[in-house]
Amino acid sequence: MKNPVMTASGTFGYGLEFADFVPLEEIGGIIVKGTTLAPRQGNDYPRMAETPQGMLNCVGLQNKGVDYFCEHIYPQIKDIDTNMIVNVSGSSPEDYAECAARIDALDRIPAIELNISCPNVKDGGMAFGVTCEGAASVVKAVRQRYHKTLIVKLSPNVTSIADIARAVEAEGADSVSLINTLMGMAIDIERRKPLLSISTGGLSGPAVKPVALRMVWQVAKAVNIPVIGLGGISTATDAIEFFMAGATAIEIGTANFLDPAVTMKVRNGINEWLDNHGCKSVTEIVGALDV
Amino acid sequence: MKKYVLDLMVSSVEALSPKHVLIKLTDSKPLPEMTPGQFVEVRVDGSPSTFLRRPISINFVDRDSNELWLLVAAIGDGTRRLATLQKGDTLNCVLPLGNGFTMPSQPSQKVLLVGGGVGVAPLLYFGQQIKAAGGEPTFLLGARTAADLLELDLFKAVGRVFVTTEDGSEGERGFVTNHSVLTHERFDQISTCGPKPMMMAVARYAKAEGIECEVSLENKMACGVGACLCCVEKTTEGNVCVCKEGPVLNINKLSWQI
Repeated sequence: MKNPVMTASGTFGYGLEFADFVPLEEIGGIIVKGTTLAPRQGNDYPRMAETPQGMLNCVGLQNKGVDYFCEHIYPQIKDIDTNMIVNVSGSSPEDYAECAARIDALDRIPAIELNISCPNVKDGGMAFGVTCEGAASVVKAVRQRYHKTLIVKLSPNVTSIADIARAVEAEGADSVSLINTLMGMAIDIERRKPLLSISTGGLSGPAVKPVALRMVWQVAKAVNIPVIGLGGISTATDAIEFFMAGATAIEIGTANFLDPAVTMKVRNGINEWLDNHGCKSVTEIVGALDV
Repeated sequence: MKKYVLDLMVSSVEALSPKHVLIKLTDSKPLPEMTPGQFVEVRVDGSPSTFLRRPISINFVDRDSNELWLLVAAIGDGTRRLATLQKGDTLNCVLPLGNGFTMPSQPSQKVLLVGGGVGVAPLLYFGQQIKAAGGEPTFLLGARTAADLLELDLFKAVGRVFVTTEDGSEGERGFVTNHSVLTHERFDQISTCGPKPMMMAVARYAKAEGIECEVSLENKMACGVGACLCCVEKTTEGNVCVCKEGPVLNINKLSWQI
């Protein structure tokens, strides 16, 4: 990886949408929109509600399916000179495995991020990510069909995220990323109705950062595989907090909506901080928290 | 069209009504290319409850003075904060976003531009571009009261203007779709922006008359560039992002029950 700053799935499209704002090849990795075996229309509008220092979404994994991705989108992104990673979701372990196997065949995709934590779909998604058995079953099925780097994205909507992390590590995950969005809701009090079409949605943005940081710290202590931290990161200071808590890389999500060039600012800010503190690389501060 | 993130300088702020302000923005360099119907995502600092950028349609681009005009209705915390901007302040803008209105194929085409409330905003720039191309746009503008009619003199300088108000304080009483010009004249193309019920009524009229019609949607959005898939509208091609495929869409593409 060129640097530890990546973009989070669902917040950066396929990268191309941000090409006018950021030199894409200078981002450490781009995790593209969640992809499923079959096309999905996603949930009805409204899918978004603004909340204090954050937003709720219930997009529901709208995408045109893995075959469309392989035929039409992959050719457009394969020459972007950075780690182009596909976020994969499904509604059964077999679905996940089949989708992953098709992406395994794409030369220029070095890794997938397995989404076992989407709170916005009824069939699957988070259902797998909230129990150790469910999470393990998906990772086991995918591991048999996918041979490159396998990142598993964890749900924060659980009692012990460290237990889930250990379960996916035991099944052969190469890395874990966390956190996905926190389930929440918002209400229009005049209409007495939820602001989102399916009532609940996933909370993201600076509001979730303290929760994400705590979970990264817990998971980093629990597993031996690399931990990718995400959840409300908008500045270099935020990113450095995650490194110190034990993350070896970070993803920037919702902050891309506020500043489409934020990734470069965070990368530059990290480098500046490292220089000012006499550090040669981020590895020197990973897990450097003094408790 | 290339998109930019720019810190634009506020060159003036004018109150057009107790609820509406016209913010003019400029830059030391020439402003980017922009077409009528496109929009700007502005960053709102210091708003107590808002978090995301605000999508605001392009009201006008004055190339002579290198100014971009945004007409803002102060209705929520974010837009109320925007209304407090002062000359000399900077406003961080992502622009230009989305796809604009389709220019008439011939200057001789009779184009009707129907606006309601603050939805009149993009029609001024569109009308001016039609006029600059040799056409003669007709505006049909609606508001609750005479005091809510915005930029009326500017519209009159660009084309013919017909007006409706709900209380009858100016022009014909009622809604835009009740205006007599629709029964007296025949148009080749209609473009509309305003409250959704108004646009649906205009679309219903256009469909019944067999007139090409484009509407400008304002679904709640986050990213503005087609990445987050929040602002979707159902169309004949499935869910599409209003921010990227729109905000201007042909009614034939929409799944509206009209």
